[in-house]
Amino acid sequence: MGKKLNAKAVTKWLSDNAIIVMIVLAAIFTSTQNKNFYSINNIRNLLSNTAVRFIIACGVSGCLITKGTDLSAGRAVGLAACLSGILMQKASYGDKFYPNLPELPMILVLLFVMALCGLLGAVNGSVISVLKVPPFIATLGMQQLIYGACLVYTGAIPIGGLRNDYTGLATGYVGTRMLSNLTVIAIVIGLFMWFLYNKTRYGKYMYAIGGNENAAEVAGINVTRSKILIYMLAGLAYGLTGFLVCAKSGGCSVNTGMGWELEAIAGCTIGGVSVNGGVGKITGILIGVLVFEVLKIVLQFLGVESSYTYIAQGLVIIIAVALDLRKYLAKK
Amino acid sequence: MSEYRLEMRGVVKQFPGVKALDHAQLKLRPGTVHALMGENGAGKSTLMKCMFGIYKMDEGEIYYEGKKVNITDPLQALDMGIAMVHQELQPVPERSVAENIYIGRYPMKKLLGFIPVVDHQKMYDNTAALLKKVRMNFDPKQRLGDLSVSQMQSVEIAKAVSADCKVLILDEPTSSLTANEVEALFRIIEDLKAEGVAIVYISHKMDEILRISDEVTIMRDGKYIGTWESKGLTTDKIITQMVGRELTNLFPKRNNVPGEVVFEVNDFTSISPRSFRNCTFNVRKGEILGVAGLVGAQRTELMEGLFGIRLHSKGTIKYKGKELKITRPRDAIKQGIALLTEDRRATGIMGVLSVADNISIASLDQYLDMGIVINNKKIEQLVQDNVKKMSIKCPSSKTQIQSLSGGNMQKVLIGRWLANNPDVLILDEPTRGIDVGAKYEIYCIIEELARAGKSIIMISSEMAEIIGMSDRVMVMCDGRITGFIDGKDANQENIMHLATQFETAPSAAV
Repeated sequence: MGKKLNAKAVTKWLSDNAIIVMIVLAAIFTSTQNKNFYSINNIRNLLSNTAVRFIIACGVSGCLITKGTDLSAGRAVGLAACLSGILMQKASYGDKFYPNLPELPMILVLLFVMALCGLLGAVNGSVISVLKVPPFIATLGMQQLIYGACLVYTGAIPIGGLRNDYTGLATGYVGTRMLSNLTVIAIVIGLFMWFLYNKTRYGKYMYAIGGNENAAEVAGINVTRSKILIYMLAGLAYGLTGFLVCAKSGGCSVNTGMGWELEAIAGCTIGGVSVNGGVGKITGILIGVLVFEVLKIVLQFLGVESSYTYIAQGLVIIIAVALDLRKYLAKK
Repeated sequence: MSEYRLEMRGVVKQFPGVKALDHAQLKLRPGTVHALMGENGAGKSTLMKCMFGIYKMDEGEIYYEGKKVNITDPLQALDMGIAMVHQELQPVPERSVAENIYIGRYPMKKLLGFIPVVDHQKMYDNTAALLKKVRMNFDPKQRLGDLSVSQMQSVEIAKAVSADCKVLILDEPTSSLTANEVEALFRIIEDLKAEGVAIVYISHKMDEILRISDEVTIMRDGKYIGTWESKGLTTDKIITQMVGRELTNLFPKRNNVPGEVVFEVNDFTSISPRSFRNCTFNVRKGEILGVAGLVGAQRTELMEGLFGIRLHSKGTIKYKGKELKITRPRDAIKQGIALLTEDRRATGIMGVLSVADNISIASLDQYLDMGIVINNKKIEQLVQDNVKKMSIKCPSSKTQIQSLSGGNMQKVLIGRWLANNPDVLILDEPTRGIDVGAKYEIYCIIEELARAGKSIIMISSEMAEIIGMSDRVMVMCDGRITGFIDGKDANQENIMHLATQFETAPSAAV
């Protein structure tokens, strides 16, 4: 067969991937302006930032593929970060949250925050699938709920004085300095999610529900259970993200991860997760998140004031969704 | 001046794969009720939608009061004085009666001489006057959602009257009304008739037609059959004209042998009083049970009830003497029942997913390695087996199902259910919207399944299909099973007689 390389096909490919192409071009331009763009530190930074945001985006992607959303993602990350920080403070630290807390095994803390966020996710899923509250509203409520609980619990004080083994998790690397532990963890998560989405009933049911929920129900899929599992898995991802982010920043507060749910949704959408449901690949999500992070760094290198970056990001999100819908509308 | 208020001549409307209207015509005299009759799919609603500007005619002319007109959209039709009360009412239940009547064309006034605002007082006064005209006396400010279906229908008619209509189309207006409500509706129709309105009345109910109409036009397969004065007509005459179609050899020879009774349904009743009730029937092993009935006979609802999509208040389902507990589709599937739903796009396919995903989704448990990992080779095998067995035309198993033709989509969905090896297959309109060639292939598949000992329940609104494919025909009307006919004896007349046995029919229609 072989695809013909004609002007029409090229134009279609360019418009289907317009955002990605534009940002790659911007990156190439920036690198000609500033040699440091290719420095190990910059790449390492880019990859680490991408890593944590990729994990949260993987979580949100399941919700999006089933035509839902999860606005509580960022706040769940914040809660997980605060709890991880509190439980992983140095014994010698003066402002310790629990002065008498013994040194806990790191894995135990990780499992605890993941379990808690997973539970919150399961609550989201239950509210959405059993009580039939629209996902936007259900998770918006959860967002406020978690934020409030976190404020009450921490008293809004910043959490610092983390144990070295914990912060070392983020500064450590495997083989080359470019490949931080965070990046490696994200790769493992990515592989796991790819397996889940493509090789298990969980994934197939998720796509089927997104493709046509009524048909999925008729085909015998337990839609309620599937959705609860999807939102629960998303919660687990947020828990892991929060745990890693706290270690990465060497401290945290209730505002850690503020707005990340929107970045994650934007990353997914740029990466081809359709807002009409049923479509989305892990590789696409990775590209989407990466492109979004590249955009941030490009703007930073070009000396754009950080306030303006929000404007640029907002535009990119709207354009990405508009382009995605255009693809869908063209088919009708 | 023409003697007709409105004339449609030589109307042709082509849909992909079907000629919905083939030189249809209709002539309406002012001050009369003109009944439009025909089987399901005869083209009645399509013709009306052409008149009302919802569909664009491929060929044909419309004359309004003798002048040739070109109606391009419903707004224009309304302006001309043509109003339509749709089969499915489309009210806004949260808003008031008055607002529903004046939606989109509120009476306006100028506040302080220049700010345009809705003139509520005028709207309510006008509505009150209109309601009086249709013999209803409820408050114009009442929430529409609080009214009964028949009252809502009166509001729809009031809305039509408010547009000062000269032609009123009523599409199956009594399908959800009780006998008393029908009487009320007839009084309104008589009033409008006296005012000179030309009324098109679409209905399947013979006794109503004979009572209310002045003239009857019968359509069949999109064609105009004839127009008669109602006075000389009888139910039998109408039915003969409606169904008088030759049965050509469109069906495979059936070699399946019905065996013992395996599937039994007893006193199955919906939770909704207007839906299926007291349904008792059985299906034999290797039998094709055709289910016939008019639109609104609740056949689909009954089958969806059996499959656990709809709730039932009482009744039992047994397979081989064992009672089945079904509250959700997956209960039914686990117990060997499959349902090919009526609306492929709404409840069948997952459009953006591949053929492979669509065909395997109901039987994924069978393709697992180590109980977890889906073996794509096995799914590919399933796709290839089905492609070969049913000659499905699709470029690859990765093709999005929404890009296939209706017939191929249907085959994929049949394949989805067969993968579970069900004992009882319920097929709801299995050939709707499918071209003739693919239809024959689907009939062959159905016959083969019956030969393999499956029990088949096939709902169809095509008479020919019911007669050509069924070992036995079950006929439903208005939520009840009104009778069974042996496949050999079934013909269009006796099916139509059972299909029009309405419970609330006045005693005159014997």
